[in-house]
Order: sequence, then C-alpha cells, then structure tokens
Amino acid sequence: MYRRSFLKGLLWFISARIFSRNGVTRAIASTNPDTTATTHANGKSIIKGYDPTRHRYAMGIDVDKCIGCNRCVEACTVENDVPPEPFFTRTWVERYVIKKDKSVHVENISNGSDGPKERLEEADILRSFFVPKLCNQCENPPCVQVCPVGATFSTEDGVVLIDSERCIGCGYCIQACPYGARYLHPKTRTADKCTFCYHRIVKGMLPACVEVCPTGARVFGDLKNRASRLVRFERMNKIHVLKPHLNTHPKVYYADLDGEVR
Amino acid sequence: MSPESFHTLYKLLGSVSGFIYPNELEIRWSILIVVYPYVTGLVAGAFILASLVKVFNVKDVQPVYRLSLLTALAFLLVAPLPLQAHLGRPERAYEIFLTPNLSSAMAMFGFVYAWYLMGVLLLEMWFEYRRDLVVWSREEKFPMSWIYWILSLFSRDVSERAVKFDMKAVRTITIIGIPSAFLLHGYVGFIFGSVKANPWWSSVLMPIVFLMSAIVSGIALVIVLYMVLIPLKGGKIDMKCLDTLTSYLFYAVIVDFSLEALDFIHRLYESEESIQILGVLIADKLMISLVVIQILLGMLIPAGILVAVKSMKFDPELRKLLYFVSAILIQIGIFSTRWNVVIGGQLFSKSFRGLTTYKMEMMGVEGLLVALVFLILPFIILGVLVKIFPPWKASELGEAKTS
Amino acid sequence: MFERIPEQIRRLAIVFVIVIGGTVVLRYFVLPPSLFETRLHRESTIQREVAKQVKFAGTTVCGGCHEDTATVKRKGFHKNLSCESCHGPAAMHTEDPMTVKPFAPRKRKFCPLCHEYDPSRPTGFPQINVTIHNPLKPCITCHNPHHPEPPTVPRECSACHAGIARTKAVSHHALIACTTCHRASRKHKVSPRRVKPTKPDTREFCGKCHREGSKRKDAPKIDLSTHGERYLCWECHYPHMPGVA
Repeated sequence: MYRRSFLKGLLWFISARIFSRNGVTRAIASTNPDTTATTHANGKSIIKGYDPTRHRYAMGIDVDKCIGCNRCVEACTVENDVPPEPFFTRTWVERYVIKKDKSVHVENISNGSDGPKERLEEADILRSFFVPKLCNQCENPPCVQVCPVGATFSTEDGVVLIDSERCIGCGYCIQACPYGARYLHPKTRTADKCTFCYHRIVKGMLPACVEVCPTGARVFGDLKNRASRLVRFERMNKIHVLKPHLNTHPKVYYADLDGEVR
Repeated sequence: MSPESFHTLYKLLGSVSGFIYPNELEIRWSILIVVYPYVTGLVAGAFILASLVKVFNVKDVQPVYRLSLLTALAFLLVAPLPLQAHLGRPERAYEIFLTPNLSSAMAMFGFVYAWYLMGVLLLEMWFEYRRDLVVWSREEKFPMSWIYWILSLFSRDVSERAVKFDMKAVRTITIIGIPSAFLLHGYVGFIFGSVKANPWWSSVLMPIVFLMSAIVSGIALVIVLYMVLIPLKGGKIDMKCLDTLTSYLFYAVIVDFSLEALDFIHRLYESEESIQILGVLIADKLMISLVVIQILLGMLIPAGILVAVKSMKFDPELRKLLYFVSAILIQIGIFSTRWNVVIGGQLFSKSFRGLTTYKMEMMGVEGLLVALVFLILPFIILGVLVKIFPPWKASELGEAKTS
Repeated sequence: MFERIPEQIRRLAIVFVIVIGGTVVLRYFVLPPSLFETRLHRESTIQREVAKQVKFAGTTVCGGCHEDTATVKRKGFHKNLSCESCHGPAAMHTEDPMTVKPFAPRKRKFCPLCHEYDPSRPTGFPQINVTIHNPLKPCITCHNPHHPEPPTVPRECSACHAGIARTKAVSHHALIACTTCHRASRKHKVSPRRVKPTKPDTREFCGKCHREGSKRKDAPKIDLSTHGERYLCWECHYPHMPGVA
C-alpha cells in the first residue's frame, strides 16, 4: 500500500516536470520499470519503458504544403506491408480541382494510374490542391463502437488498433467508418487500417509517412507534450477536421482545409 | 482472396463514376447480407402472423397457425448461415459469445437469436405440439414413436387440464413473442439504421420499415406455402382463411408503403448534404431494382390487384390465382427492398462524390449460387418439418373438402 | 407443493436447467478465463503491433555515419527532407551497412515526382516543365540533390514560375516582360524564399497604361479616381490573366 502511494506521488511529481519530461521518464523507467505501469492491473508495463497514459498522439496536415508526390503512400505501403493493389490502402492523397464554373473534380492520385484522368485546362482552374487522407484516430470512433467482438479498440495513447487475431472480418467497422479508412486485408481476411505506425511511435520515431514527407505537410506529435511540433501546429493554424458533424472527434487536424473537402 | 477477385476489382476500377475513397471500391456486404435480412424478415413476419391467431383471436387464419410456426422455425434455422459464410474469418464467429462488445448492435445478434429460438419459438411450438407428440408417440411405429416421445420430453399427460394449460402457455409465450419478433427484425434494421456514416441507411425509421416489410413478406410467404401445400396434401384451400390473410397482407402493404414513402419524402424535404448523390444513386444504379421491382412490381401492382379482388366479386379460382400472383410479386419486391438497402448503401462513396459498381460473383463463397442455396435450404427444412410435425390433421383437410 | 406445478413446466425446467447450467459450466469452469479477458487480448495486440519490423530508420540515424553528406544537406534547400524520402527504407542498411545498400535515385524521372510542374502544387514550390527543361539529362548532372541549387542563375523567370509563365503566355499581357512589373534582385535567384521580388505597390503603376488618357491605345481604360479607389489593382484583377478573373 505504501509502495503504491509512493509510486503515485512519484508519477505526479514527474508529470509536473513537463518540460524535461522525456529525459526524466526515461531515467526513471530504466531504473524502476514498475513506475511506468500505471494503469495495468497486473503491475507490468506492456511495452518496456513506455507509459501510454502520458502520451496522446495526433497528426496535423498542412494542406498548403502538400505537393502530391505520394512519398507518404509508398512509405506506408512498405512500412506496414499494405497490399499493393490500389483498392486497399491505409493512406492516400486526393487532388481537388475547383473550376471557374464551381464544379469540383476530385481524384485519388495514389492509385498507381499515371496522371489525371482528364488534362485540366489551366485557365479553367479556380483553385487546386492536394489533401492527404488516413485514419482519423477518432476520440469517439464509430468503428470501435460497432465491432461485435471488441477486436478494435482505442489505446491509452489515443490510437485505434485492430486485434488481427480476434477480428472476425464481419466488415461492420468498414461500413461504420465515415472516412473510408478501413479495408479488409485480402491475406488475413481481417480489417486493417492506419495505426499511426504504432510500432514506430512508441519507440519515439515518426510514422513512416511523416518521416518521408518532403515538405512537412504531415506533422506528427504528442498532444500531451507542450513542446511537440503538433502543439505548435495547432497554435499557429486555423484547424479543421473532416466531417465534424458526425461527432467522431478526429485526431487528424487539417490546416487551411477547403470547404469542398469531404 | 483469390487473384480472380483482384482481377474483378481491377476491372471495377474502370467503372467507377466520379470520385470514391480508394477502399470503397469493393462492396464489402454482398448478396449474402441481402439474404440475411430477407430471411430474418420472413421469420418475424411468419411469427407475427401466427400470433394473430393466439393473441388477437383471429379464428379465420387458424388453418395457417402451425404452418406459420414451422415456416418461422425453418427460416430461423437458416438465418445465421449467410452471416457466418460472409465473415472474413468464419471460424472465429464463436467470439461473439465470448467477448461481446456491448456497444455493438451486431454483438447482440447471438443473444437476440438465441432468445428468439429457445425462449420463444421452440417453447411455443413445444406447448402447441405437446399433446400431438404424445398421441403420435403412441400411434406411430419405431423409430418415429421414440423421436416423438423424446421431443415431448417423455410427457404422457393428455388430460384436458394439461391441454388447457398448454393453450394458456402458448398464449402467454405469444404475448412475449410479439415484442421478441419485433426485436429480432427491428434489430436487423437498427444494424443498418444506426450507421451514421451512411446517409442511405442512417434513419430512425429503418427498424420500423424493416419490421413492416418483414410482416408483409412473412404473410405473403405463408400464403404461397398454404396454397402450394394444401393441394399437395390433398386438402382443399379454405377461402375464408385466404381472404382474411390477403386482407392482412393488404393492410401491411399499405402501412409499409406509407412508411417508406414517409422516409423518402422526409429525405427529399430535408435535402441534406447527401441528397444529390442519393438522387444519382437511384437514377443510375437502382432504377430497376428500386423503382421498377420494389415499388412498381412489388408494391403498387400487388396492392392494385388486392384492391380489385376485394372490391369486385371474382369467382374463387380467379381469386386464388390473383392472390398467388400478388403474393409472389410481393416476395420479389421485398427481396429487392433488402437488395436496395444493403447493396444500394454501399454503391455510393461516403465522400458523396461518386459511385462504385457491384459485380456479383457466381461460384464463390459470396456468390449467387451460395445465396440460392441459403434461399432454398429453408424450404427443404420446412418440407422435413411438415413431414414430422403435420400442420394439419387429416380431419381438417377433410373438413375443408366437404364444406 | 412440487406436485402442484404442472408437469410441462417441470419437464421444461429440467431442459432449461441443463442448457443454462451447461452454459454456465462451460463459461466458468471449462473454458480458460483468458478467452474472456478483453484486457489480455488488447495487451497482446499492442505487443504484436510494437513487435512489427521498422523499415524506415529515421533521418537522425543516417547522420551518424554519413556525417559529411548530412552537413552539406543541412545548409541546402533539402535540409528538412528526410534521407529516406529519396533513398527509400534503410533500416536494413543500418543493421548491415556493407551488404544492404539503400536505393539511390539517379534517373531523370525521379526528381519530377516532386518538381514537375503541376497546377495543384502550391505556388512558390520549385517546379519545372520536364519536356523543355534540359531534356534527357539526368537531374544530378547539374543539381546536387544534397544541396540543390541551380547550377547557373536561371536566366528566365519561367524556369521556376512555370505556372505563371504558362498562364501569362495566353493572356493580354503576354508581351509584357516579367521585369516590367517585378524587380527581382540577383539574391532572389539564389535564395528565392528569403529575398522576394517586388510587386507593383501603387495604383498609378497600372494606370500608366490603363488610366483614361493614357497613350496606350490597345489597353482598356478606367477612371482611376472612381474605379475601386481603395484597392490596389491586382487585389481584384489577376495581372497574369487580366480580364478573366
């Protein structure tokens, strides 16, 4: 009993020292691995030296910086063994062309086809831009709500994962996702989607798509860390999320998003 | 997934109109998921028809009471099969009982199904058939006598008091059974109606529309079965029963049509963000299955026929023919309703900017052939059930003959 | 007491007790409790996720060995670019540097993935027209990808501002040189982001041709004192395609 309250106090102390946080956590974790296991009843941490309760991951997309080069999509495919077929994907980039007659033309530039379907006359274009899409890692995820066996769930650090060994492949989550972020993996026959490269981020690395983005259009960070790039991104930009009326509370934040984007 | 299905999907890429999210190309819920609500609807409909006799004391439809129960059971036994077959990992289906996610509408399937099968349908049938089972176990030869005896749970009591208790029990169970049947099918509607991401599905009316169309299809099915089975058994069709049944069918069609019309008008009037793509969906993809088959063939024409039959004095043979035709048309119409909900809801992109296409497989697990098997299987089961548990006594068949 | 319960109920009760009891026994005594433990399932999922192989090593790792390249790159326009954006996943290379070599793009078609002119790309992002920009030459013959600067100062604005040049070429202003309206210092050509070219900052500038009484015969005329007096001309008219927007 005494030990527990001591650890609690210790943790409180650490969280108060928010600025030098990472260093302290690591130091504590290496000497006393038990301290990181705050919420696990068995008193053991799932990931060594990593405390999920102290992180909350999110992504920012700077629409004005995206050049539609598809590096992110290719990196994701490699990093996560995403099927090569263009109709299964964890992330993709959309091109929006709004013509002067206000008609909107959208295409997925990540499906391996060469160039736009129709060459657009430049003089007709009112505005045009690229929008990267991925799983929004919602705070209120409809996919988690509908999964009949609880195979998909939100982690404590705010990522929605899928248990590929328990998913029965019913496809209800695919129907429930408003963003089209999920697909049924043709090999495992279970649902699959973006995990924010969970295996990378818990090691302090960036998701593969963010790592390779040449223009910094994708910003990744920890909402619980005031020094993270994402928090700065949120402070410096007007933020919008996709389909806010569905009350999913996405954690992929778009800066300078056009109203035509759905 | 086989290379062939990839090949099909690559071909589909070319037939996409407008823009869809990349993962939306493949129609995830295929023909099997069309069959599932159709079959469950028949269960609920047939059961509710049976309840008319017991709860509301509609004596005219007594001749189809047992048939309705047997029909409900035959279809209920098949109902989970298309679901099971369509799963990506069918061998893991048991998990739905191990770790049901309480916030998931689908997780409740196992429990609703088990309750309806064990708590309602089998129980009611047992009380209804118990006396006969005892009698048959005495009359029939081995091994049937043993089967009947085991099914009667070794019961021997056929005293008037016991039979009276049976009837009371049947009535009580039916009273519980009606909300259960509503639950069974309303819940199927809820699975679709609660998907907020999909404006074609997301509607509070969905469970009620499902329920009404279930009643319509259930009554129509029992009418068809009655008209086919009685002559096969050498009996004579009770026209009074048939007239009453078709009256109920007509009322149900009217309510169902009004609800669907309300849903349609409501959507049109609210004219939300999605209205444009839904308009294109109907015009481009669902013209035949929605406007022609579901509304015209499956609803307006049979309703018109029924009005004509009720208002004019046709002779019984013509009446029978017209009833039969309208019941078949309604059946096709309701199947089309399920198709339009399930497939229609996946044909348009959630970006509201484009449509994909559904190419039905023929031979695969999620193909037409398997779907047909699941549609035919209940009739085979029903055939066996009718053989083991005759819904009509010889005297009843004969009575009809003399009258 | 027991006798008063109808026979049917007693028989059914036995069946129900067997079914429910069987379920309870199965649930609590036969099946291992771990099957029902959602928490365990989640933990093992997380463990499986975390155990997945990392393929992209991350750009900080590269600098550990390739110090010279990293130093060069740090000063150029590609300073924020991850090494693996061009060289591909290199985690295997970090584990076994001698046998596994990362990809090194040398072909002409690679750089245009980012730098080919595309009307949807943000303005100001350096883009070329691949068909006319030194055809057939691999990009790296002139540009050092780790420190990409134009080998010679571009002679023409269209080398970078291809989009604007294409628009202007079909407009009424086709024959007006860029330098008529913009003054671009030499520094802009070397550090385009840091030193920006000028834009006309008075209404009178456009008025030289477009004011009533101007000598230009073919230019449409307006009364500068009454026509949109509070705004600069280019705040409403797009000078590279006047009269259209």
